[in-house]
Amino acid sequence: MSASLSVITDRSLTYQQKVAALAKVGEETVRPLSIDPETQALRDAGVVCDLFEGSAPYRPRYVVPDYERFMRQGSAFLGLEPPRDIWEATTALLVLYRHVPSITTFPVYLGDLDALLEPFVRDEAEARKAIGLFLLSIDRTLNDSFCHADIGPDATTAGRLILELSREQKNAVPNLSLKYDPDRTPDDFAILAAATALEVAKPSFANHRLFASEFEAMGLGDYAIASCYNGLSKGGGSCTLVRMNLAALSPRSKGRDDFMDRVLPDAVGRQLSYMDERVRFLVDESGFFESSFLVAEGLIRKDRFSAMFGLVGLAECANDLASRGGSGAGRFGHDAKTDALALSIVDRIASIVGSHRVGRLEANGGRYLMHAQVGIDSDRGVSPGCRVPIGEEPELVEHIIQSAPFHRYFPSGIGDVFAFEPTAKANPRQLLDIVRGGFSHGLRYLSAYAADADVVRITGYLVKRSEIARLNSGGQSLQDTTALGRNAVNNLGVLERRLRS
Amino acid sequence: MTARAVPAGGVVARGVVARILPRSAVDGPGNRAVVFLQGCDFDCLYCHNPETRALCVHCGECVPACPSGALTARPAAGPKRPFGLELRWDATRCVDCGACVAACRRDSSPKAVTMSAAEVLASLGRQRAFLSGITVSGGECGLQPAFLESLLVASRAAGLPGLVDTNGSTDYAALPALVEAAEGFMLDVKAWDEDEHRALTGASNRAAIANLRFLAAAGKLYEVRTVVVPGRFDAELTVREVSRALVDSGSAARYKLIRFRPQGVRARWRGLPVPDDDTMAALAALARAEGVREVVVV
Repeated sequence: MSASLSVITDRSLTYQQKVAALAKVGEETVRPLSIDPETQALRDAGVVCDLFEGSAPYRPRYVVPDYERFMRQGSAFLGLEPPRDIWEATTALLVLYRHVPSITTFPVYLGDLDALLEPFVRDEAEARKAIGLFLLSIDRTLNDSFCHADIGPDATTAGRLILELSREQKNAVPNLSLKYDPDRTPDDFAILAAATALEVAKPSFANHRLFASEFEAMGLGDYAIASCYNGLSKGGGSCTLVRMNLAALSPRSKGRDDFMDRVLPDAVGRQLSYMDERVRFLVDESGFFESSFLVAEGLIRKDRFSAMFGLVGLAECANDLASRGGSGAGRFGHDAKTDALALSIVDRIASIVGSHRVGRLEANGGRYLMHAQVGIDSDRGVSPGCRVPIGEEPELVEHIIQSAPFHRYFPSGIGDVFAFEPTAKANPRQLLDIVRGGFSHGLRYLSAYAADADVVRITGYLVKRSEIARLNSGGQSLQDTTALGRNAVNNLGVLERRLRS
Repeated sequence: MTARAVPAGGVVARGVVARILPRSAVDGPGNRAVVFLQGCDFDCLYCHNPETRALCVHCGECVPACPSGALTARPAAGPKRPFGLELRWDATRCVDCGACVAACRRDSSPKAVTMSAAEVLASLGRQRAFLSGITVSGGECGLQPAFLESLLVASRAAGLPGLVDTNGSTDYAALPALVEAAEGFMLDVKAWDEDEHRALTGASNRAAIANLRFLAAAGKLYEVRTVVVPGRFDAELTVREVSRALVDSGSAARYKLIRFRPQGVRARWRGLPVPDDDTMAALAALARAEGVREVVVV
C-alpha cells in the first residue's frame, strides 16, 4: 500500500492526524537537500537522525513567538487589535496559536502565560473562568503535548490560577514549566507548583537564574522553555534539531581512544554539516523568513534563530566504552570513572560544536546550541540525553548530584524526571527542597510526578494513561503524542522508573 | 541553669546518637535529616523502635548474632562496663540486618555512637543542600538537653532549623535557651487520662500536658500527635482535650492522628487492635469540630 493510502485508511488516526501525516508524505516527494554519502550512511545507521523533520524544511522546527509584543501591538495580518480584557487576551492568543508553524503543526511554545494574562486579571472569579476555558481550549484543540507554556519566576494571580486550574482539569496539554528562582519565587507559590506537579505531572522546574544568565551572555535575550524542555530565544527559535545516537556510534569504534580521536569527531562533523544543509535550505530557499507574517510583524526575528545539536544514549555509549577499556570501570551513574568518561565525551562534542560557525545564523555568533534529546518512541536500549537508564537509577540525591555536571553543557535543554511514591503528595515542600538542592548543584531542569497520577511524563512530554488504554483498545486518541507515549512505555519502560519516597 | 552549646569550660556537649537518617519526607515539613538519640523514659506498648529505648551496657550478647563481623568485644574495666567488656561497632562492615537489636534483651543497640553536634552535621554531607532542616527524635531527645540544645544551635547556624520530636517528659519551660533554638516541637500526647497513659507508657503524662500548654502558648508547637489503639485509652477524650488546649492557646499547630500499625512493634504487642477508617475519621472530625486548624490522619 502507498504511504498516503495507508494514512488515509488508518482507523486509529483522527482526521487532523491524517492531514498532518499526509503533509509529511507530500513533503517526502521532494528531496532538495544535498547530503554526502558518508553522512547519509550515518543517517541510515541511525547514528544521525533528524527526528522526522522532513526532507524539505519549509518552517523552523521550533518557533518561539514574542507574545509580549503581540499583546502590545495585536496583529495587522490577523486583523486583531491589542486585547483590552481577559476575554480578548485569551481569544487573541488562541487565534495566534493556530498560525504558529512547527514540526508538529502545533505551536511548541504558548507564551509566559502568567505574565501575559496578569495585566488583565481584574476580577478573580472572571479570570478563573476565562483562563479555565482558555486551558480547556488548548487541550482540546492543540492536540499535542509538545505545546509548552511557561510561568514564573514571580508569583502572580494568573500564575496561581493556571496552577489551580491545571490541577482541577488534569489535562496533558499544555506542557508547563515554572521558571524558578529562589530569590524571586515565593515559597508558597513554589510549593503550590510542587503540589500540582505531584497531582498532574506538571509544572516542571526550570533553573531560571541559569537559563537567564546564559541567554543574556549569548546575546539571545529572554528565554522560553518550549516543547519538551527546550531553552530557546524568545522571538526566535530553532531551525532544526538533529540528534546523534551515541549508543549506536560507540560500537563503530575500536575502543575509547579510537572513539574520542576518530569516530566521534567525524560523526559530529557530519551531523554539523547535515544541520548546515537543513539551515541553508530553510533560510536560502524555502522563503520562510521572507513570507511569514510573524517575521513581518516582528513577532519572530531571524537573528534570534539558532539550531539544536542533539545527542542521546550517552549512558549506553559510556558503558560500552568503559566495558571495553579493561579498567574494570562500572556502570554510568554509579562509577566515577565511567561518569568522568561520559563527561569527557560531552565536553569533546561541545568543543567541536562550539567552534563551528554557520554564517547564515547570527544568533549566538552562528554557533549551534547543545540539546540532550529525550529520544523517539522507537528507541530501544537508548537512554534519553545524558540520563541514567531506567532500572539503574541511583538514590535521589546521589542521582541529582551525578546528573548536574552534564546540565551546564545544554542551554537548549536537558532534564531529569523523577517518579515519587503517592505519599509524597502529603509533603510537597519536599519536592521544592529537591529542586532547590538540585539547582544549587547546577541542575538545569527537573520534572516530577506521583506514581498514581493519570497524567505521566513520558520522557519530556505528558500523556494520559487512560488515553494509552483507549488507544490500546482500538480507539483513537485526540493527542498525537499518545501513540508516541504508548510506544515509549513499551520500549523504554518509562512506567518502571524508580519510585522515590 | 540551662545548657550551652559550648559551656564556659569549653567542653563540647556530646550526645548518644542511635542513628541518622540523612533524608526523610515524613518527619516535619520538607526534606529533613532525622537524628535519633538513644534512650527513652517511656515504655510504650506500641513503640516502633524499641532498640532506641536503653543505653547499651556492653554485655556482649549481640556479638555472636552479628553475621558480618561488624561487632567485636574486648576486655574493659571500670564502673561503666559492669560486664567487663567494651563493644565496638564497625559501620563499614555492618549490613544493617537487625540481628544485633533482635538479640538484645535490654531494648538497646550496640550501634549507638557518641557524637558532637558538629560531627552530626558533618555526617549529612552532600544531602545538606536538599534539606529544609533537621528533626531530632529518639528514643527521647529531651533526655539529652545539653546536646539537644547544642545540636539545635549549630544546625540553625548552618541554615538548617531544627524540630524537636518529643514525648514531652522533659520540662521545656525550664530550658528557655533550648526552646529558643528550636524551630518548633512535635509533641506526643499519648493519652489524656493519666492512669490510661501509665498503662500505655509506664509513665505519667503530666509533663507532656504541661508542655502542650507551654509550647502552644509560646508559639513553638508545630504538631501534636496521638497514636490511636482501640480499647487502650479513651481516644475521644484525648482528642477533644488536646484540641481544646490547642484552640484555647490560639496555636496554629496541626494535630496528627496516627493509626496504630503492628510493623516493627515488639512481638508481644503486635496483636494490639488496629483502628478502622471510621474510627480515625470520627476522631479527625471531632478535632476539626473543636476548631483545630489542620488535622492529619496517617
